[in-house]
Amino acid sequence: MNGYGGSILRVDLSSGEINKSPTPRDLAKEYIGGRGFGAYLLFSEVPKFADPLGPENKLILSTGPLSGLMIPGAGKMDFTTKSPLTNGYASSSLGGMLTSELKYAGIDSVIFEGISPDPVYLLIEDDRIQLLDATEYWGHGTISVEKSLKDKYGEDYQVAVIGPGGENLVPFASINHDYGRQAGRGGVGAVMGSKKLKAIVVHGTKAIHVADPEGYRKAGLDLFKACKQAEGLVPWQQYGTTIVTSWCNEVGALPTRNFISGHFSEGKELYGPVMREKIVVTDKGCFGCPSPCGKYSRTKKYQSNVEGPEYETIGLLGSNLGISDIEDVAEANRLCDDLGIDTISTGGVIGWAMECYQKGILTSADTDGLVLNFGNTDTVFELIRRIANKQGFGKLLSQGVKKASGIIGNGSEKFAVHVKGMEQSAYATHNATAMLLAYMTCDVGAHHNRSWAITYDLQVGRDLVVPEKVARIIWLQNFRPMFDVLGSCRLQWVELSIERDLYIPALEAITGVSRTWEDLERVGEKIWNLTRLFWIRENPEFSREWDLPSPRFYTDPPPDGPTAGQITKYEDVQKLLDMYYEQRGWDSNGIPKPETLKRMKLDEFALST
Amino acid sequence: MRLFVENEKCSGCRACLVACSMNLFGENNPKKASLTLIPLFPDPGKFRMMVCTQCGECAAVCPTDAIKQKPNGAFFVEFAECILCEACVPVCPEGVMYLDNHLAQTAWKCDLCGDCVAVCGTSALSISDQLLN
Repeated sequence: MNGYGGSILRVDLSSGEINKSPTPRDLAKEYIGGRGFGAYLLFSEVPKFADPLGPENKLILSTGPLSGLMIPGAGKMDFTTKSPLTNGYASSSLGGMLTSELKYAGIDSVIFEGISPDPVYLLIEDDRIQLLDATEYWGHGTISVEKSLKDKYGEDYQVAVIGPGGENLVPFASINHDYGRQAGRGGVGAVMGSKKLKAIVVHGTKAIHVADPEGYRKAGLDLFKACKQAEGLVPWQQYGTTIVTSWCNEVGALPTRNFISGHFSEGKELYGPVMREKIVVTDKGCFGCPSPCGKYSRTKKYQSNVEGPEYETIGLLGSNLGISDIEDVAEANRLCDDLGIDTISTGGVIGWAMECYQKGILTSADTDGLVLNFGNTDTVFELIRRIANKQGFGKLLSQGVKKASGIIGNGSEKFAVHVKGMEQSAYATHNATAMLLAYMTCDVGAHHNRSWAITYDLQVGRDLVVPEKVARIIWLQNFRPMFDVLGSCRLQWVELSIERDLYIPALEAITGVSRTWEDLERVGEKIWNLTRLFWIRENPEFSREWDLPSPRFYTDPPPDGPTAGQITKYEDVQKLLDMYYEQRGWDSNGIPKPETLKRMKLDEFALST
Repeated sequence: MRLFVENEKCSGCRACLVACSMNLFGENNPKKASLTLIPLFPDPGKFRMMVCTQCGECAAVCPTDAIKQKPNGAFFVEFAECILCEACVPVCPEGVMYLDNHLAQTAWKCDLCGDCVAVCGTSALSISDQLLN
């Protein structure tokens, strides 16, 4: 199949059996690849009510038809599973070199199932595929294990690895790759840990065949040319995602002290230019990326290296914890990466604990004597270690903010900032209704990247609650995740503003299948509905309540900054949902209506919910 | 004319490698590229790229004269005339003369097609007949 690796690899960790089968043509036609493959395989293969950390759950890695090709940013891999953090759908995207390497080994998806009796790692060398003993790596951090495996096999082998967080089944554990790239959200690392799979090592030497090589070469070069001519290229290369830190702080969207505010008065010390000057060593791109947002850094204070911090990490481990030194944030970032836990969820849950401490809901008697004041860097470092190792007070926090606040109670649920159990990423949404709706309805919980709309809020009026705003969110949710389906990065479209139509001839020349963006958005809509059905199937109590945001954004007006005194009215929150459900063709509880599913040919899946 | 690299600008993305293999072999396969990327991670956290300087040492030792020169000065391998003797590989001062029987039945090298430069978003690669400062 042109544009594809051509096979799906199935690894049963219980029996040690490894099977490869041709990638089904119908699957490629209906779901294209990446996230689409993941969603379909998850829904059809993982049995209803499977324990996310049990043998029945699966961890599904998928490349897309653009992965590994001469297309800007064609280095995105999707990790799909049933989330141990949310008990719903999890899909986490990983950049770097893993997805391209897997394609060169002739593989489109890898499905891990079962549980290995002992720690193992998977070694893929083209068609030679083995499970090998990982006892010597178990218990070690991600950076040293990746280095050991590269030293053993070669620099051009690509490695994905979990840290102690994944081994200890922290439900927001990450999968790490390329010394600082993560599949971070939803606990994909915990699922890998539950399977006793320490690492995946890949080396591929095969060519990826395309339908029309000359057409592909031309379309690929046209895409690169557009990126290189883009006005936004140079600043984006300079600062990457940290380009938005200053803007967010100035408009009151930078999460500060557990999202109590959207403005951090000491925030200037965290801005992109400060970081660039103080710690950045080199720019670090994912496969085929002309606009590398990755910044590899070295701190003087700690004498350590880290990729990042990215904006989201600066928000959650910096301002959200009252930390204003970029070197401290970088070190917290490094600890999370090496221990293998998500920086966003970690910053979210520590921020919540600090607010509990400030309010006297938690005291040092509860926190192993640790002083949880905002800005206390040493405490943050210690909590990161204790969370990853599920040690002492860290054990409570390691459950995520929803469960931890459920245990502690005393009103702390009201400032537990999450949706569906996933800690909110780095946009304070007291008065940004499109972004708020984006978080409420995101398919994995409170994550930003499906429909990033914070700048749109500012453009059209941040408190507006109108159908057009809702339509924009739905369009973004159908469209943006298609990059995860195709296996490439969305940021060339988002940040360099290149014409999305430039992808169309490339996709056709690669796969031989002609598709328009409208066709692709229909696939996006179908996947969105399928993953909704997964939530409903796995959680019989699923209802409208699950789509509500943290009460923080409709009850607690920020004390300072540009959004001081501003919140979204609760009735507007409900109105947003009403409009969203109506436009999606879902009922008042957020359940897709039969006619909606029929239109998308998903009615067969509805039966199994 | 030759290819130049400014290592401090390289972000290690490998777009150049896939563009190279596509132009040289008509294949998407960075393992068949004519540049070598050396990532130095986790420490010091930099990239080094090895590129052909078109010095001609390879052509000088080729027993079948399979390595020929274009008008722009670039040396290239006439694939059909290569006998896989490997004489060219050890004499390359930059380590960018390639031969791997599993991948291709010919030696290969940079023919200065320029596609790597076209896809390099950070301008780490350039073609010039001037020495860079």
